[in-house]
Amino acid sequence: MSPSSSFAPVIPGSGLPAGSPAATTPKQIPHRGGPVNPTVDALREKFGAAIQRVDVVWGETSVVVERSRVAEIVRWLHDDPGQSYVYLSDVTAVEFRDVEQPLEVVWHLRSLAFRRFIRLKALLPKGTPLEVPSVYPIFKSADWMERECYDMFGVKFVGHPDLRRLLMWEGYKEGFPLRKDFPLRGRFSRAEQLRQALAANPEARYSKEELSIADAFEDLPQDMRARLRSGEKTGE
Amino acid sequence: MGLTPRPEPNVVSYDPKGGEGWVTTRLDFLVNWGRANSLWPMPFGTACCAIEFMATAAAQFDLARFGMERMSFSPRQADVLICAGRVPFKLAPVLRRIWQQMPQPKWAISMGACASTGGMFDNYAVVQGIDTIIPVDVYVPGCPPRPEGLIYGIMMLQEKVKRERAADPSIRHEMEPDPTSQLYIPPSAINELSEPFGNAVHQTRSGL
Amino acid sequence: MATIKRTVEVELSTTGLDAQGRPQRVPLAVAEDGSTVAVAAPPSLEPELEGEHMLINIGPQHPATHGVLRLVLELDGETVVRCIPHIGYLHCGFEKIGEYRQYNQIIPWTDREDYLNSIGNNVAFALGAERLFGIEITERCTVLRVIAMELSRIISHLVWLGTTCIDIGAFTPFLWLFQERENVYALLERWIGARLTTTATRVGGMAADLPNGWTEQLQTFITLFPKTLDEVDRVLTRNGIWVGRTVGLGAMTAEEALNYGLSGAMLRASGVAYDVRKDFPYLDYETYDFDVPVGTNGDVYDRFLVRFEELRQSVRILEQALRRLPDGPVNIDDHRVILPPKSKATSEMESMIHHFKQVMEGPRPPIGEAYVAVESPKGEKGYYMVSDGTSKPVRWRIRPPSFVNLSAIPRMVEGHLLSDVIAINASIDIVMGEIDR
Repeated sequence: MSPSSSFAPVIPGSGLPAGSPAATTPKQIPHRGGPVNPTVDALREKFGAAIQRVDVVWGETSVVVERSRVAEIVRWLHDDPGQSYVYLSDVTAVEFRDVEQPLEVVWHLRSLAFRRFIRLKALLPKGTPLEVPSVYPIFKSADWMERECYDMFGVKFVGHPDLRRLLMWEGYKEGFPLRKDFPLRGRFSRAEQLRQALAANPEARYSKEELSIADAFEDLPQDMRARLRSGEKTGE
Repeated sequence: MGLTPRPEPNVVSYDPKGGEGWVTTRLDFLVNWGRANSLWPMPFGTACCAIEFMATAAAQFDLARFGMERMSFSPRQADVLICAGRVPFKLAPVLRRIWQQMPQPKWAISMGACASTGGMFDNYAVVQGIDTIIPVDVYVPGCPPRPEGLIYGIMMLQEKVKRERAADPSIRHEMEPDPTSQLYIPPSAINELSEPFGNAVHQTRSGL
Repeated sequence: MATIKRTVEVELSTTGLDAQGRPQRVPLAVAEDGSTVAVAAPPSLEPELEGEHMLINIGPQHPATHGVLRLVLELDGETVVRCIPHIGYLHCGFEKIGEYRQYNQIIPWTDREDYLNSIGNNVAFALGAERLFGIEITERCTVLRVIAMELSRIISHLVWLGTTCIDIGAFTPFLWLFQERENVYALLERWIGARLTTTATRVGGMAADLPNGWTEQLQTFITLFPKTLDEVDRVLTRNGIWVGRTVGLGAMTAEEALNYGLSGAMLRASGVAYDVRKDFPYLDYETYDFDVPVGTNGDVYDRFLVRFEELRQSVRILEQALRRLPDGPVNIDDHRVILPPKSKATSEMESMIHHFKQVMEGPRPPIGEAYVAVESPKGEKGYYMVSDGTSKPVRWRIRPPSFVNLSAIPRMVEGHLLSDVIAINASIDIVMGEIDR
C-alpha cells in the first residue's frame, strides 16, 4: 500500500552470471552420474573428511556428511555468499527394511540465488543413539520438521529448544510410528487404543517437562509391558 | 438380518393398549414435523467430506431447502451432528466431548467411508468407525459422498425423526459409557468390528 | 505488553472549551458526601490495571480454524502475547501406509492429503514416481497435466477465498465462488469421473484421455470465469471493511519469510519471487507465458492480492495449454510400467502377462531416491520417495507447504488482536489433511 520506490523483490537466480539461460525442465535424467552440484567441490575443500560420500541419483546431488558436523556445514552453506542456501525445503528421516542398514536423516536445501538443490544426509547406524545436531538456530522452518521427525522416528535433534511430540499426542505409548518395527495397525488392540485415546484430556496443554515417552511406558497394561520387555516385536 | 420394509414416514402408529389418545399422536405428528424440518446441524468437519459438505451448503445444492441452513457451530444449540471426515484417535475425545455437550434430542450422521468404518485408513492412527465413540443414526457411504448422497442421508434422518413418539422414553435415553474404560460397547466387539477385511488383509503385507 | 487502551471514566462533564473549540472533558471524582467535584487530570489517565493474562483455546473444532487446528492463545486484554498451536488432530498415517502400497496404489492417498488440490497432488506424485522409474511422459500427457494442475489451483484458491470471506464477514463471495467451483467439478467429473477425489494420474500417464467436447467446455469456463473474478474483485479489493481487516496484519519481511520456510503465495507476498514453476520447472512450465505476482508488505492483504492475481494467471496458462494441446497417445508405450489396454490384455498373451505382473506385483523402480517439488496452491509441495528396488517405496515423504507455513503462525499473530488471529490464520490457506497427514 505504501509507495514502494525502494522496494526490491528477492529474485531467484540473481546470483547467476548475467545472460544465463532460464531454468528448464530436466529431461532424460540418468539414473546415476550426471552433472554434480558445484557446491560439492567447495564443501570438500572447506570440510575435507567430514564429506563422506557424494552420489548423484536421478540428477540430484546427495552428500553424506559426518553426523556431528551437520549444523556447522548447514550454517556455512547458509551464510557463505557463494552458496547462499537460504531455503530449507525439508528435514526428514529414512529407515530401510534391511535392519542392518543405518537410519538416514535427510536435509533438502535450496539456493535460490544460484538455483541449486542439494541433499545432505547423516547416517545413524543401528545401535548408536539416534542423535543429530539441530539446524533450528539457522532455519526457523526446522522447528516443526524436526519435531515431526522426532515424533515419527525418535531421532533426537540436539539443540532444538522444544523437542516434543507434534502429531501424536503427548504420552502416546506405542512408540514411533514410522519405524519399521512398528506394525501398521499399531501395537495395541483397537479397543485398547480407543480406551487410551478417550482417556486423554482434550483440554490438556502439554509442556515438555510434564511427560515423556519413558514415563508413558510405566502406564502400559501389565501384559504389554512384560511382552515388550522380553524384546518382542509386534510386527505383522 | 434381511431387509424389512420401512413404514410410511408420516404415519404415527396408534397403539390402543398403550393408553395414547388421538391428541397425543397428532401432537407427536406436529412436533416431529416441526423438528424434522428445522434440524440445526453441527458440522464436525475434519477432512475431504467437509469440502463436500460445504458444497452441499452452497448455492448449487442449497441445504436451506431442508431447514438446515443455520449451521450451529456451538454444540449446545445443535440437533444433529454431521461428522464429515476421518476421525483419528487424537480427535476421539474431542468428538465424544462435543456429542456429550449436545442437548437431547440429538442425532448423528456419519458422512463418508472414513467416519463410518475407517475407510482406507486401516492403520495405527484412525478410529475404525465413529460408532465406537458415539451412537450414529445414519451412515452416508462414499469417499466423499456426493452432495446428493448427503441430502439423501439427511432425508432418511428426517424420516426417522418423523417416526418418533414422545411417549417412548427410550428415544431420549442418554447412553452412559462404561465408567472405567469410557467405552460404549465392549472391547471385544470393538476389536471384532475393526478387523481388517477383504482386500486390505493382503494389501498391507510388507516386503515384496 | 502493559499498554491498556481503555480508561475507566467515572463521569464526564463539560467545563469549558479547549484551544480547538471542542468541549473540554474532565473526569470527575465522587466526594465523600456524594457530590461530584472536578479534579485536575491525573498525570496518567490510564490506570495500570494489573490483570492476569488470559488463556483462550480456539479449536480443534472451530469453524474459523479451517479444520481441526487448535490454537492456545495467551491474551493480555485483547492482544495476543503468545500463541501455541497444537496440530495432529488429523494425523492419519499417510506416510506409513505408503510403505505398504505399490506406487500406483498410493495415488488415491494423494487425493485425500491436500483435498483441495487433489488432482494437483496426483500429478505431483506421478512426476515423482516417474523420476524414480526414469520415465519420460508423452507430449499430450504433459499438457493434460498442466491443465489439471491449473484447474486444481483455481478450485483450491476459490475455497480459500470463499472461506476467508466468511471468516472476515462477507458471505456473498462464498456463494459466487462455490458456483464457479461447481463448474470446475463438472469438468473434472466428465474427464475423470469424480468430483473431489480424482485419482487422475498413473505412473507413466493419465487414468483417462479427455472425452469429446471437453475442450470446448473448458473454453467456455475460461471465458466466463474472469467475469466472476471481476465481480469478486469489485466487491472485495477496495471494500473498506475488507481492506481495514486485512492491511498490516501478520506482516513478514522477505528474510523472515525465507527463514521460516514459507512458500507459495505467503512467500511471494513478502517480496520473494520464488515460484517452483519458474525456478525449478517441471512439465515444461518454462515454455508458458505467465507472470509471478509479488507483494511488497507481506501482510494478509498482499497475500489476498497475490492469490487473486494467480487465479488470473492460471486462466492465462489454461488458454495457452488449450491452444497447444497436441494429439497423440497419453500413456507411454512401456507396458512393464503402465497397464496395457483392457482389450489387449484379454486377447494377447504378452499384454496379459504384463497385466498380471503389474496387478499382482507392481512395477519395480531401480534403487534410488527422488525429491520432486511442484508449485501447489499452498506453496512448494515435495514428494520424496526412496526405493530399495521393490515394488513398494521404503519411504514416501510428503513435504507439506501449509505445514511449514503454519509453523510461522506464532510469529505472525503475536501483538495482534484476537479478532485478527482469524484473518491471519485464514491467510495461510491451511489444509489440515496436508498438515497432519
